[in-house]
Amino acid sequence: MQNKNQPNTAVQLTGVSKWYDDFQVLRDISLTVEVGEKLVICGPSGSGKSTVVRLLAGLETHQQGDIHLQGGAMNTQRPGDIGMVFQSFNLFPHLSVLDNLTLGPVKALGLSRAEAEERARAYLDRVRIPEQAEKRPAQLSGGQQQRVAIARALCMEPKLMLFDEPTSALDPEMIAEVLEVMEDLAADGMTMICVTHEMGFARRVADRIAFMDAGEIVEIGAPEQVFKAPKSERFALFLDKILKH
Amino acid sequence: MTFRTIALLSSLLLLTACSAAPGTWGWYVIDPTTDNGWTNIRFLIRGFTSTIQISVLAAVASIIIGLLVALPAFAQNRWLRLPNRIYVEFIRAIPLLPMLFWVFYGLPVVMRGMGISISIDPFWGAVITLALSDSAFTAEIFRAGIQSVPRGQAEAAQTIGLSRAKAMRYVILPQAVRRILPPLANQFIYIVKMSAFASVIGMQELTRRANELVVTEYRPLEIYTLLILEYLVLVLIISAGVRWLERRMGADESR
Repeated sequence: MQNKNQPNTAVQLTGVSKWYDDFQVLRDISLTVEVGEKLVICGPSGSGKSTVVRLLAGLETHQQGDIHLQGGAMNTQRPGDIGMVFQSFNLFPHLSVLDNLTLGPVKALGLSRAEAEERARAYLDRVRIPEQAEKRPAQLSGGQQQRVAIARALCMEPKLMLFDEPTSALDPEMIAEVLEVMEDLAADGMTMICVTHEMGFARRVADRIAFMDAGEIVEIGAPEQVFKAPKSERFALFLDKILKH
Repeated sequence: MTFRTIALLSSLLLLTACSAAPGTWGWYVIDPTTDNGWTNIRFLIRGFTSTIQISVLAAVASIIIGLLVALPAFAQNRWLRLPNRIYVEFIRAIPLLPMLFWVFYGLPVVMRGMGISISIDPFWGAVITLALSDSAFTAEIFRAGIQSVPRGQAEAAQTIGLSRAKAMRYVILPQAVRRILPPLANQFIYIVKMSAFASVIGMQELTRRANELVVTEYRPLEIYTLLILEYLVLVLIISAGVRWLERRMGADESR
């Protein structure tokens, strides 16, 4: 079933385990994501779902197992190849929106200021806030800030986009505008791994949904299949809880 | 209004304030209306030059050394962090006066022992000592300021491909500076006041000049009162400058 090291494999985790001191956060995670695939990871808090995404972003280290990205080992990636969107946006407050977007292209990719700015404005258009380029992040709403954060990652022209609960810190009325941008991105064929509890989004966009609990992938499958008939009792209980609200 | 009249007015103020204890005071030593008093005042305030020069040079050096000492504190390897701890704990523990003696009298001897012939004059002795002594505190201020920037900032910088050095330069330090500025200003005021110790190794700054005048005029109370006012003026000017700088930076970053 698993086509190892095929050119169309974007991410491959094999037997990945991770501990914080004595506490095991990830237990023998194996997962393959194809190029262009959209994977949604859900699960209760503390299940290790954020850790998986942070591992792929290079923000954490693991103690056991292998991670291959785009067929190669992790550290061979070009800077910015893997875009990351955080729950708390993490925009740079001392820089304008435009400077937030151009910092990576100029300082990490070596683009000229003009090239980077042109690219930044194109992506601001794409996340539908071209008029906010000169403002500071603090002057924007949460939804706008998260869209800037998405544009900032896109400016590095990543091959894979990671989202760590991108709408969890947002007021309800701002969730839709962020999800719309993400759906646009998905429609363009971006490979995406998204930790989220937005099951409507998962249903519309995800090729597969992975349910994690206690550091394991308990169940993984196509949305229509898992929503209709979850195989494990834990996933059924979880879905029952979050879909009721 | 000439400088002489300002001096006259302020000394008159002092006179009235202190006239409650007649016989105790002899303000004639620094009375700007008399030739002798005016000469004395001019002799005393010429000390501003050295005090300011020593303080500014020491503060700049202290900031540079402090930053260089603080940066290894953020290394992932604990052996790289060790020099930072040793430097801070060791330098912070040395009182200024013994350190001044050690640098001024001892350092040339130590260097000669190593085959390097240097002579340290009182000016540079004071600058080096103040800079070293203060750098341990500056390093701690930098460390605290850098640590106060949320972790997510460094993580975001990493995910857009910035190296650790570039993340520090373009993301962390610019944000840390705002939090660092007020305690750094405190340290600068501390340096200005501690520069008085330079008088013991013969540097003719404010305090040394006051001491010399006391020896010839036998009016310590009046002369040291003026000395305190001289430091007060200096510190108030620094405070005003820092407040202006803070306002400017605050307006620059709307949050």
